[in-house]
Amino acid sequence: MTYSLNNRSGRRRGRTRIASLAALTLASGLLAACSGSGSGKTELVWYINPDAGGQDAVAKNCSTDQYDVVTQVLPQDAGQQRIQLARRLAAHDSGIDLMSLDPPYTAEFANAGFLAKIPDEAQDALTQQSFKGAIDAATWDGEVVAFPFWSNTQVLWYRKSFVEKAGIDMSQPVTWDQIIDSASENGGQIGVQANKYEGYVVWVNALISGAGGSIVEDAEKGVDATISIDSDAGEAAAHVIEKLAHSSAAPDDLSIAQEGQAGTTFGSAAGSFLVNWTYIFHNYDEGQPEVAADIGYTMYPETVAGQPARPPYGGIGIGVSKYSDHVDQALEAAACVVSPDNQGVNAELTGNMPASPGGYEYPALQKIYPADLLKLFQDSVDAAAPRSVTPYWSDISSSIQSTWHPAASVTDGTPGESASFIEDVLQQRRIL
Amino acid sequence: VTTTIATPEVKKQAVSDRSSAENSLGRKLVAPAVIVMLIVTAWPMLRALYLSLFRYRLTTPDDREFAGLGNYLTILSDSLFWKDTLNTVVIMVVTVGVELVIGFGFAMVMHRIIFARGVMRTSILIPYGIITVVSAFAWQFTFSINNGWVNGWFDWLPGISDGLPVGGEAATNWFGGHWTAMFAIMVSEIWKTTPFMSLLLLAGLSQVSDDMIEAAQVDGATWWQRLWKVIIPNMRAAIMVAVLFRALDAFRIFDNIFVMTKGAQNTESSSFLTYRQVIEQFQLGMGSALSVLLFLTVLLLAFGIVKIFGVDLAQARGES
Repeated sequence: MTYSLNNRSGRRRGRTRIASLAALTLASGLLAACSGSGSGKTELVWYINPDAGGQDAVAKNCSTDQYDVVTQVLPQDAGQQRIQLARRLAAHDSGIDLMSLDPPYTAEFANAGFLAKIPDEAQDALTQQSFKGAIDAATWDGEVVAFPFWSNTQVLWYRKSFVEKAGIDMSQPVTWDQIIDSASENGGQIGVQANKYEGYVVWVNALISGAGGSIVEDAEKGVDATISIDSDAGEAAAHVIEKLAHSSAAPDDLSIAQEGQAGTTFGSAAGSFLVNWTYIFHNYDEGQPEVAADIGYTMYPETVAGQPARPPYGGIGIGVSKYSDHVDQALEAAACVVSPDNQGVNAELTGNMPASPGGYEYPALQKIYPADLLKLFQDSVDAAAPRSVTPYWSDISSSIQSTWHPAASVTDGTPGESASFIEDVLQQRRIL
Repeated sequence: VTTTIATPEVKKQAVSDRSSAENSLGRKLVAPAVIVMLIVTAWPMLRALYLSLFRYRLTTPDDREFAGLGNYLTILSDSLFWKDTLNTVVIMVVTVGVELVIGFGFAMVMHRIIFARGVMRTSILIPYGIITVVSAFAWQFTFSINNGWVNGWFDWLPGISDGLPVGGEAATNWFGGHWTAMFAIMVSEIWKTTPFMSLLLLAGLSQVSDDMIEAAQVDGATWWQRLWKVIIPNMRAAIMVAVLFRALDAFRIFDNIFVMTKGAQNTESSSFLTYRQVIEQFQLGMGSALSVLLFLTVLLLAFGIVKIFGVDLAQARGES
């Protein structure tokens, strides 16, 4: 009896010990979670796209005595970034204060009412400071809804040795026809983005804009926007894609090629031309220094000879969540994040170029990039054609991917086919 | 004679009194669970049914409008829906068929084996303990054009090549074509769920009485005749449960496709289409309509399978 009593109390003691241990663990967890606000300092959470540390450095620069800016990393894929942010914002999650937004989704978020209004004077300052393309991409319904942070553009990269062998004059603007012919005649392959993803639509959009056309007009009408892809410009774009896909200049992995695969093609023995973002310039420095020394660059190719090219526009704008508990402080922090100096800091660390001429003045950039390349980037951003600013961009983009992929299936009829498909999808007559 | 007839009647009455009391207690005990189930299951289902009647997108909540059965009409007249349904049916029929055969073989092994019984049973069940996403990644690496071993090991088969030496035949890109990608998806599905099938069949096998098999043997039935005339008919209920569970599971296939192809090469299933509408495109109305259709299809399937096998589920539980 005594034995069993002892035993029971022993067991009970054990249980109490476990319980108190559990309570301790829980308490310490709670304490850790509170430590940010425990010091009386606000914590602003900035959801960033993965990068090489540029946004972390900027977050540190923009932390003040009143608040700390801390970063949380979103998924790699821009589509997944959009899904995660939108689902949380739709549920009025106050855990997001600032977010890095891809331009094609900015209008969607603004239209859904997820973004806090930027004060008028701040909007004016941003308009003063930024490239026009960057402001256009961040404007919805007459308001600047995101702080342009960095602006990306594509230029035509070429291998100097290849161009010399092929004997093309790269000092003059070149056309897609020229580079496809030159590559196929000289055993070269052209790096483009043609997987079934957003990057392919970036290419299609640049080709159409380069021929003076557009995918959508009157985008502010939402689902009733005019789909203008079925035009001479659309046909000119289809012609370029069809020609490349059926030429020997098409890489074997064309149908699954994203930026990385295209970069690999460019670095291979068959590398000749590549359309890609600004970061490519330092891409080969460590792995293939011989390629790095062989890189030349010029303006994006023309779709139609004599008509100036409209290169792709990319980048990141900073949005402030309407559901943040600290909207005013978050707006202040966002203004700090996009200051020209911080744009420069970010560009130095990541290769993602500033969204303002002021950002290009950052001293370190002048050291890392040749002056003529920095000028090319700025000219290219100025000439760039942003993807249509519409809340339905993701539907339009997916519809184009469905009808224009794979590149080898593109014909003269593709623009017409995609126009009616996009209309059906927007009017919910077809599912995507 | 009267007494002999009366006695059982009295007894039966007593039994039903007791059983009705038990039933009433049972109902009370189950009630809390039923209420929780209603909250977490019935409510979302009714909500989905309601949402499916609207054009409603998460990012344009103000444009929400009543569409009646419009979403259903759009879906049922869309070729994409039927293409994806066909994919799903192909995956279900092939995987369940293959699993039934292999699973039955495994069940026989687990049932008959004399030595190392525990080890054998455990090793057959291991794949079922592995998370589907992990299984999908493992098989994706297996079939990968860059570092998978399938191309290397089965290089000698016509149509499969590891791409070596460079410049010769191109390496087989399993995820580059519709049927090859479907094959890889189905292999992963079969590998992962066959043990579940064999576990259910093993339960059925052990219900078949040895006396019947011995009697058949004495009557001179061959092994094949014993299998087809005695064993399989007597485990019909177990086979039905196994096929039913697996068919319904297979019809809702998602993880393998999500990991291995993300729906590329036209390998999308009905669940995947629903996922894309709701999660990627925020089309709550259209997505809900799709999930209602998916639910109805699953119900229909369950009903069909029960009818085909003609087995009473209560009988399968040994209640009647």
